[in-house]
Amino acid sequence: MAEEILAPLAGKIIQLNMAAGQSVEEDEEVLVIEAMKMETPVFAPVSGTITEVRVKQGDEVEEDDVLALIDT
Amino acid sequence: MGNDMLAVFQTAGLFHLTPGMLLMWLIASVLIYLAIAKQYEPLLLLPIGFGILLANLPLAGLMEPGEGLLWRFYHYGIQWEIIPPLIFLGLGALTDFGPLLSKPVLIFLGAGAQAGVYLTFFAASAMGFDLREAATMGIIGGADGPTTIFLASKLAPHMLGSCAVAAYSYMALVPIIQPPVMRLLTTSKERTIRMKKGRKVSQLEKIIFPIVATLVIILLVPAAAPLIAMFMLGNLFREAKVVERLTQAAQSELLNIVTIFLGLPVGATMNAETFLQPRSLFIFFFGLFAFIVSTATGILLAKLMNLARREKINPLLGAAGVSAVPMSARVVHKVGSQYDKKNYLLMFAMGPNVAGVIGTVIAAGIFLTLLG
Repeated sequence: MAEEILAPLAGKIIQLNMAAGQSVEEDEEVLVIEAMKMETPVFAPVSGTITEVRVKQGDEVEEDDVLALIDT
Repeated sequence: MGNDMLAVFQTAGLFHLTPGMLLMWLIASVLIYLAIAKQYEPLLLLPIGFGILLANLPLAGLMEPGEGLLWRFYHYGIQWEIIPPLIFLGLGALTDFGPLLSKPVLIFLGAGAQAGVYLTFFAASAMGFDLREAATMGIIGGADGPTTIFLASKLAPHMLGSCAVAAYSYMALVPIIQPPVMRLLTTSKERTIRMKKGRKVSQLEKIIFPIVATLVIILLVPAAAPLIAMFMLGNLFREAKVVERLTQAAQSELLNIVTIFLGLPVGATMNAETFLQPRSLFIFFFGLFAFIVSTATGILLAKLMNLARREKINPLLGAAGVSAVPMSARVVHKVGSQYDKKNYLLMFAMGPNVAGVIGTVIAAGIFLTLLG
């Protein structure tokens, strides 16, 4: 089943630690968003394999944007 | 010949130095050091520190009423109430009221955190301070530099420099002052409360908000008009989205320019005679007291509201009612994520944070009305 990684807040993607095909553990840091000049890490909601990454470094995202999909 | 040499020496400032001035040089150096090496509010503490140095150079007369260069900046910029409102224009253009409109209930936290301002006012006046001085010290707890300067210039100009330095130093120290208070007053269960998403805010609401807020606040507290008017105008520029050039000018070039002319004369009000008095120590003491009490009352109000609410508020958000934008919102987020790394409080904290700015301006307006 596919799970979405959602942006918990609006900001800019400044670090991307995942790529399609890579497997991640639940609570593993998958990317970092910068908002209000502060770096906020985003964690994988579940364990599984990343099937699709929809953002790249430097992208501006809105809250609740789908950042990536995980196949569990 | 010998007499001429003597005359030249006597006009050299060097021979008119006092120990107090040297002590002020030391204070100026500490501020300049903190600004550069520790990056403590460098945009303000650097020009303030240099201003202190300049004000304590004998015979230079930079603060000589009617003549001195810095006196002119001070008189036409601050006493004429030009610079703090222009700063507010820029801040308005930088402020997003979205998080506030999205969860309007959090406005109360921004109001609750003003209790430190009033309690400090009462505490300082109980200790024998003049009411106007007590109000000026209390407003430091609002953690808003331009508002502090604005109020001090009207109620207690002799305290302006020290109050501004206290306000900006404590703002730089928000990440050190607030977390212990936050931990003390909350349980670990409360700290991990996750907030429900707020509602979506339309652009129309964001445009209407500064207009309505202007009307309501100025009708209720007319003395707050200069700051509120400019703050909301800046915000209207931002949200109207048709005057991008004005928004940009207000939030960058203009804000930067007036920041220079704010810091320098504020520092220059701190000459040895007015600053080296026991009163200055009290200013720093009461300023810190006000900061801590405001943090505490914000949190306690959130806990009080939770008693009556089904959907609980994370009480850490109360600390963001101290209007150091966005430092205290960041601190709330950081403390929250220490207990639950997937709890993202930042945007929720921005609501009480910007409400706190308005709350502090209103508090200043009330003091001006009663004591001005």
